[in-house]
Amino acid sequence: MEEKLIKTCLHDRHVKLGAQMSPFGGFDMPIQYKGITEEHNAVRQNVGVFDVSHMGEVRISGPDAFKFVSHIFTNDISGAPDGQIFYGMMCYDNGGTVDDLLVYKVNDEEYFLVINASNIDKDVDWIKSHAEGFDVKIENESEYYGEVAVQGPKAEETLEKLMGLPLQDISFYNFKTFDADGETIIVSRTGYTGEDGFEVYGSHKFTQALWDKLMDAGVQPCGLGCRDTLRFEVGLPLYGDELAADITPIEASLSMFVKLDKPEFIGKEALASQKGNGVTRRIVGLELECNAIPRHGYPVEIEGKKVGEITTGYRSISTGKSVAMAMIDKPYDKLGTKVEVRIRKKVFPATVVKKRFYDKNYKK
Amino acid sequence: MSKILDDLRYADSHEWVKLEGDIATIGITDYAQHALGNIVYVDMPEVGDEVTQGEDFGAVESVKAASDLISPVSGEVVEINEALEDEPELVNQDAFANWIMKVKVSDPSEIESLLDAAAYAKICEE
Repeated sequence: MEEKLIKTCLHDRHVKLGAQMSPFGGFDMPIQYKGITEEHNAVRQNVGVFDVSHMGEVRISGPDAFKFVSHIFTNDISGAPDGQIFYGMMCYDNGGTVDDLLVYKVNDEEYFLVINASNIDKDVDWIKSHAEGFDVKIENESEYYGEVAVQGPKAEETLEKLMGLPLQDISFYNFKTFDADGETIIVSRTGYTGEDGFEVYGSHKFTQALWDKLMDAGVQPCGLGCRDTLRFEVGLPLYGDELAADITPIEASLSMFVKLDKPEFIGKEALASQKGNGVTRRIVGLELECNAIPRHGYPVEIEGKKVGEITTGYRSISTGKSVAMAMIDKPYDKLGTKVEVRIRKKVFPATVVKKRFYDKNYKK
Repeated sequence: MSKILDDLRYADSHEWVKLEGDIATIGITDYAQHALGNIVYVDMPEVGDEVTQGEDFGAVESVKAASDLISPVSGEVVEINEALEDEPELVNQDAFANWIMKVKVSDPSEIESLLDAAAYAKICEE
């Protein structure tokens, strides 16, 4: 049975631009327009725009909003000024990951959660199922919001000119709301590329108009193909690859977003025990000496014995090297360990390295 | 519109074959290189390897994914296109000029089971 794919508010525009479309997280999304390499380089060197309207948005409001978000989120949102954004995870009791997400603090009684497209229904159900006893309102606003991500060293200059807004005042991982044509839009200095950039949330009508302005200004449209190569190079995880219901944030080497000194949150006990006793496996980087490309699911071996699996792998567009993120059993996760990656019928030597293949270029 | 050469035979898995005597030159089609996008690696067999009609003998990798190469004939690999080791993008530039391997075929009649240009063109239109 064929799944009915959802179209974002920019779908017609992608088709008109001749994008190669493909299903992603239940949506019919553009993978590439001109080519992954060109689009990747546009973001690293200049500016590019992504349709990320498939992302989900959930608003949590009410007297217990702070307490409730603290309860379901691994990062520590206490003491933050309004307008700050946090990255972290929602976890099951056993520490496995429900989703990774951004939490936008509107104020102590209102938070805006941005979640992965493929997890919207699952997340909303899970969030609601844990709200008993909290005085909060949970609203799934995913269908209302369109979203574009404008990314790259020229993102600020480009977007400021087109939107006529003072974006230099927004610092890294912060957001502001603005009135635009009678509606409130959200602009945050965030992204998923390792470059400076903004994510802009508004109605479908607003998003379409902004996209058209960006196209008229000659900004390169970028597909999910290079979104993945860009996030991968700077070691950012993708739910489904580096995070999953059976992968904890500790195993994903994302401990810095799990604040075990918080009074409580769902999964804290399991994660604290894992952190204390040590994990049995974790996500690391691998660098290969050959041109063959490791892909998701390929086995990692030592002397013919499987010690792990590739989670994401590419020939890095920015460095030209064959590199991967992989889930590797202890003790083979140590930096410098020599392993082998099985690629089809052959095995290729690889070395465990840090899972960052290109330096982030954020404007902080 | 993809280029299709009249004097070649084709597999429905988008490889082309040119048979001269008992030597088959094999590559991927223009349609295939276009569908794959930027090719960044060609995983080729080694000279002396046996290949079998309908079975994979390597892969072509774009940035995004690996696609198996299926051998349209059976026989022994006598030559590989070493230029592709350093410049896999040559396949994008001209998929017919930049062949992948040459095979000494064990059964020349296998070529009859492959598509001619007109039949292959139909597959590409679907």
